[in-house]
Amino acid sequence: MAEQHSEKKMSRRRFIRNSGYVAGGLVGGGIIGGLIGANMNDEQESTNTQGEHQGTSYLQAPLYFTNPEMFAVLVAASERIFPSDDNGPGADELGVAYYIDHSLAGSWGNNAREYMQGPFFPGSNFQGYQSPLKRHEVFDTGIKALQKVANEKHEKNFPDLEGEEQDAILTSFQNDEVELKGVTSKTFFNILRAATIEGVYADPAYGGNINMEGWKMKNYPGHQMSYYDKIESEEFMEIKPQALHSYTK
Amino acid sequence: MAEKLPKTDVVIVGMGWAGSIIAAELGKEGLKVVGLERGKERGLKDYYVVHDELRYAIRYELMQDLSKESLTFRNNQKERALPMRQLGSFLLGEGSGGSGVHWNGQSFRFLPYDFEIRSKTIEKYGESKIKGLQIQDWGITYDELEPYFDKYEKVAGISGEEAHFGPERSNPYPTPPMKETPLTKRFKDATTSLGMHPYHMPSANLSEPYENMYGAKIANCQYCAFCERFGCEYGAKADPTVAVIPFAKETGNVDIRNFANVTEIIHEGGKATGVKFVDVLTKEEFIQPADTVVLTSYVMNNTKLLLHSKIGKAYNPENGSGVIGKNYCYQILPGSTGFFEEERFNTFMGAGALGATIDDYNGDNFDHSDLNFIHGGSISINQSGNRPIGSNTVPSGTPNWGAEFKAQSIKYFTRSLNIGTQGASMPVQHNFMDLDPTYKDAYGLPLLRLTYDFTKQDRELYNYIGKIADQIMLEMGADKVNERSNLESYDIVPYQTTHNTGGVIMGAEPETSAVNNYLQMWDAENVFVVGASAFAHNGGYNPTATVGALAFRAAEGILKYSKEGGMLA
Repeated sequence: MAEQHSEKKMSRRRFIRNSGYVAGGLVGGGIIGGLIGANMNDEQESTNTQGEHQGTSYLQAPLYFTNPEMFAVLVAASERIFPSDDNGPGADELGVAYYIDHSLAGSWGNNAREYMQGPFFPGSNFQGYQSPLKRHEVFDTGIKALQKVANEKHEKNFPDLEGEEQDAILTSFQNDEVELKGVTSKTFFNILRAATIEGVYADPAYGGNINMEGWKMKNYPGHQMSYYDKIESEEFMEIKPQALHSYTK
Repeated sequence: MAEKLPKTDVVIVGMGWAGSIIAAELGKEGLKVVGLERGKERGLKDYYVVHDELRYAIRYELMQDLSKESLTFRNNQKERALPMRQLGSFLLGEGSGGSGVHWNGQSFRFLPYDFEIRSKTIEKYGESKIKGLQIQDWGITYDELEPYFDKYEKVAGISGEEAHFGPERSNPYPTPPMKETPLTKRFKDATTSLGMHPYHMPSANLSEPYENMYGAKIANCQYCAFCERFGCEYGAKADPTVAVIPFAKETGNVDIRNFANVTEIIHEGGKATGVKFVDVLTKEEFIQPADTVVLTSYVMNNTKLLLHSKIGKAYNPENGSGVIGKNYCYQILPGSTGFFEEERFNTFMGAGALGATIDDYNGDNFDHSDLNFIHGGSISINQSGNRPIGSNTVPSGTPNWGAEFKAQSIKYFTRSLNIGTQGASMPVQHNFMDLDPTYKDAYGLPLLRLTYDFTKQDRELYNYIGKIADQIMLEMGADKVNERSNLESYDIVPYQTTHNTGGVIMGAEPETSAVNNYLQMWDAENVFVVGASAFAHNGGYNPTATVGALAFRAAEGILKYSKEGGMLA
């Protein structure tokens, strides 16, 4: 587990580092500059551990986020929603931020199969999502706001705060105490929370739930063709999980 | 300009259970049928790689594309209705087979009491008992409908057993009940010891291989736990694409056209002449002339098409007059969640309709003299297979994120059980559907507007049935049950049930109902409107078996009409 943990951290940092290169001469210090230095040293180690994993590594790349600072906020926030503990890995290690990133890049992030015609009005508590923003815009807005509140309150970036400080900020979003433009902080929080749970437990093909570690914590066997011979059993069954990958391998 | 197609005997709008059954029955008798379905063609071959919770259960792969059409919602007439922008409370189907592809397969016949609810309630408790409720008899009795229930069950191959409160049957279920599991047994033991009368849930996930009268071979269920919101890759769940549509096509008389979204019923002089539809891929418009028009889309769309086409008198919530859009009903669902500290259950295994049920508190199977509500609901344990994104059950008071949430949701994934109830829903004057004045669909038609909230009757029923569910759960050995929240305003967001009913209700009189007991419109004799839209109220069960029976009844009526014409009832 420890090794896997370090491997995950590596791939996240690698994104941050690569983005730093893209930023090129613009990087003059601050958080990105600092991370570039730090990550240069990690590169060798990350390459070594990377190969030991079962083909998940190529999924660990951002398809939506272009700003490493914002991605780091997403990683930190989702980790607080589903933290690492005695039960097993948290959102960070499970690749949840990549799951969310990939989802934001696709039809879900663009509300492609939803009714998005105006006019827009706030609506009652029982009328559901009424924001004109698409989910990827909600994340842009919400994640920036998490960082802003962290900066204002603690003069630090969100990922650098203590867990309890991060929780307090997330709770203020959940309680709709932070004003955002075009969407409520509560709506943003609810989508972030739901997406985090999805990233923990969706099939590993989506980029999260790395090595089915999310499923293993819950003793969920994933995709099994049949329980015909097991359904009547009085015994509790622990079954080795299988992912969608087993359809094609 | 819309292109005019060659005339056909019958055009059917929507190819779910009702549309497919009617197409098959009419095609078999030699009528030429055109079936228009706005979604994709699909069948067994398309249910590969289906064990994907995110794609099907969370992202709704098989459901209606709301970017094209949704509805608007408000709790009451004082509010501004706003679009249902995302699916939530109920999941509208789309594509060949309709919601019949993604259903769980729970297949109950409505009770005799349901069809004569007004007369029977007044007879036993007096007129004052139904004050404020807009209930009415359905214009047909259970006994009259029984032969059609029998046909539907034979098409689907339903697996089931006799039930204590079950109405009279002309035949046993076509296949024996599904397997007994530790969970169904526990529920049966507990309810029996409480003096109740459990039975195995009637299921369209079949207990053994079955061939229906259309020559369709339905396989036996593998209990793989992917039913509701999924297609069955085994062909072991009776769904229209497996059980009915192949036969309908084989008759040589049924032409199913996919991606065909009907936008209007064309009519003159009190009769329909055909329908107008748009090809949703090419956007070309067509007119399909027909002698008879049959609407078999969902509750919402049946209602919308009639209102938009101005057929039948629109319902007026101010005085209860008119019929189209009247008596929208839903269901009341006070479940009980129990937590077990010492035991773990194989809750991740299952099938959509694997379960056990009691009807001791359904319909008028119990005395309502001292109760402030009528009807009741079925109470069941349903081992449909818990999945990890959707199932994060935690004890009351647990936060919904963070370390505590994680620990508890993991712990109780296999240490909690749920008893579900389906409480009947009674119509009232101010719950209804009409056309939205503001919002439009992708083809420029107004969206349907739903005005709905729970009532005092609903809350009384919810509290009463909920307590019984808790009692059963504790008898099953739960260490504790979750506190149930009060039934407050209806919320369009959390999933509740896709058992919406009403809008084009059936009955004995044209003043109070839209269709007669052959599902023929009082105001347009060559238009038949079939589905749960015809339910005059909603009962305490899943609607599909009753929809199936009404489809057979309508098919008989349409055949009769094609020969004799005129009003059939």
